[in-house]
Amino acid sequence: MSAAQAAEQAAEQAARGAYGRLVALLAARTGDVAAAEDALSDAFQSALRHWPGTGVPDRPEAWLLTVARRRLGHARRHRGVADGARVALEWLATPDSPVELPDRRLQLMLVCAHSAIAAEARAPLMLQTVLGLDAARIASCYLASPAAMAQRLVRAKARIRTAGIPFELPGPEALPTRLSSVLEGIYGAYGTGWADVSGADAAVRGLAEEAIWLARVVVALSPEPEARGLLAMMLHAEARRPARRSGDGAYVPLSQQDTALWSRPLMAEAEALLREAARAGTLGRFQLEAAIQSFHISARLTGQRADGALLALYDALADIAPTAGVLVARAAALAEAGHPAAARTALDALGPELAQHQPWWATRARVMALLGDASGAREAARRAAALTEDPAVRAFLLAGLFQPA
Amino acid sequence: MEYVMLFAETPAERGRRETQDAPVYWGAWTAYMEALQAAGVMRGGAGLLPPEAGTTLRLRGAERLVQTGPFADSQEQLGGYVLLDVPNLDAALEWAARAPCAGAGAVEIRPILSAGG
Amino acid sequence: MQAMLLFAQPSGRTGAAANLAAWTAYMDAMRTAGVMRGGQRLAAPDAATTLRLKDGVRHVQDGPYADSPEQLGGFVVIEVPDMAAAVEWAARCPGAIDGAVEIRPLLPPPA
Repeated sequence: MSAAQAAEQAAEQAARGAYGRLVALLAARTGDVAAAEDALSDAFQSALRHWPGTGVPDRPEAWLLTVARRRLGHARRHRGVADGARVALEWLATPDSPVELPDRRLQLMLVCAHSAIAAEARAPLMLQTVLGLDAARIASCYLASPAAMAQRLVRAKARIRTAGIPFELPGPEALPTRLSSVLEGIYGAYGTGWADVSGADAAVRGLAEEAIWLARVVVALSPEPEARGLLAMMLHAEARRPARRSGDGAYVPLSQQDTALWSRPLMAEAEALLREAARAGTLGRFQLEAAIQSFHISARLTGQRADGALLALYDALADIAPTAGVLVARAAALAEAGHPAAARTALDALGPELAQHQPWWATRARVMALLGDASGAREAARRAAALTEDPAVRAFLLAGLFQPA
Repeated sequence: MEYVMLFAETPAERGRRETQDAPVYWGAWTAYMEALQAAGVMRGGAGLLPPEAGTTLRLRGAERLVQTGPFADSQEQLGGYVLLDVPNLDAALEWAARAPCAGAGAVEIRPILSAGG
Repeated sequence: MQAMLLFAQPSGRTGAAANLAAWTAYMDAMRTAGVMRGGQRLAAPDAATTLRLKDGVRHVQDGPYADSPEQLGGFVVIEVPDMAAAVEWAARCPGAIDGAVEIRPLLPPPA
């Protein structure tokens, strides 16, 4: 390998592993994310120029941080920011290579998910500043044009600086609320990956891996049980990804998946996280959703159904988060627990507002089939199929595969 | 950072100034201003007469267009402002949440531009 | 009487850099005439954050409270004999050419 290649590789490795840490450190000092990213990008360029000659430094991260800090101080002086000189002096007085770089990524994520940042910009902002994803990649997952996404990100970063959103950890009383906004953002990012489950094309795999990465950062930096719940839930879903499509791409529902394809290490990690979260003794939406997944898969693995426990979890979840998705899933659980009539009543109660909600119709198809109403089931399945974007799921519905065997 | 808090009120909230509710209305604002002053975060501020007492002027070519009422045709209208000197947006939001009109209108927090900025 | 002159700018235009000289001259004129009691230039509406309480729950929104084509860009408080004098000062404002100036009397100080 040539020196240039080694330098490039070292810079790239540092970029991937440390991008968010470095952006967070730089931005926490100035409140300016965009400037931090620019300075860091300069530092990476500089590394690519210097490292082939000087060799890769022992601690590339510290090297990059030092260069980026100088760039930032310089840029601020040029911009005529009144306190630029003070910040520059302060930084020159800071030892260049503290033994351990502090991790401010949680602060950075809290800023990105601040209530003063438009909700639709929060997850994209985290993905860009913590993971260094470019706007085009993020845009492709949010079905937005790269230009629109870039503009959204630029505007949000400008707001962080101009509106004065602080890079401080809120006190213990405010932290759970602020964190929940971070977790919502991560969950949304994960959802973009979950929607295109076909997963055949790596480019459209969405943001599942990135969302899991972000959740791991939160878990590493905070004791919040809900962060563990969210990560457990995503890992459980991720564990089953290989089983969600048959060899020819057909949709396979959980009840028919080949459990040998489920990832045992991911499931074990999810279960451990869930136990750790439970020790805190505070229930939350993500813990409940993860626990529901846990019950579903253990029923498949052991053949032991635990319908009562599952329904209790759904009830608790519906109390905390009575969203359409949760209420429909609860009705589905009722049906599978042997109460299809009660499930139909529950669906009917939700009816009018959910006329365009695919899961409502899909669940209704299953419920009608369980009630022995074949034509009602077919009709609901056709409605569900019409509302389905995924061709494999549409095929599954139209083929009547949701009917009890 | 210095911010201006713009207090926006709905017509109903503003109308309380003219009803039997007026002492309660003014009492809440007085208490709020006193709290701001006691905390040492207030750099100035004023209350405004209702938008109907206002006049809006525009120059278009050689013409001077004068209309009664406010410039913006919005439901909520400015009722007053306070200049706030606090460390960051979170501190400003805390004060905004305590404003009497936060529950019956809105509080907009806008950074002010420093002289050189 | 004291009045607030609210300078409304067409939205999308941030800052008054284009005719900064005109604004400076306008502010200087109010200072020289001894009518100026204070004033502020505001950051662009993009930097605004709006808070509302609904049933005691905070709702924070990115942007100004009013979704209007013209947005507040700054204001001054002036001391003038009457409304007519306030309107004259408003008419000299460089921003009145493409935006609007709202003149609003301040609440009289509590008796």
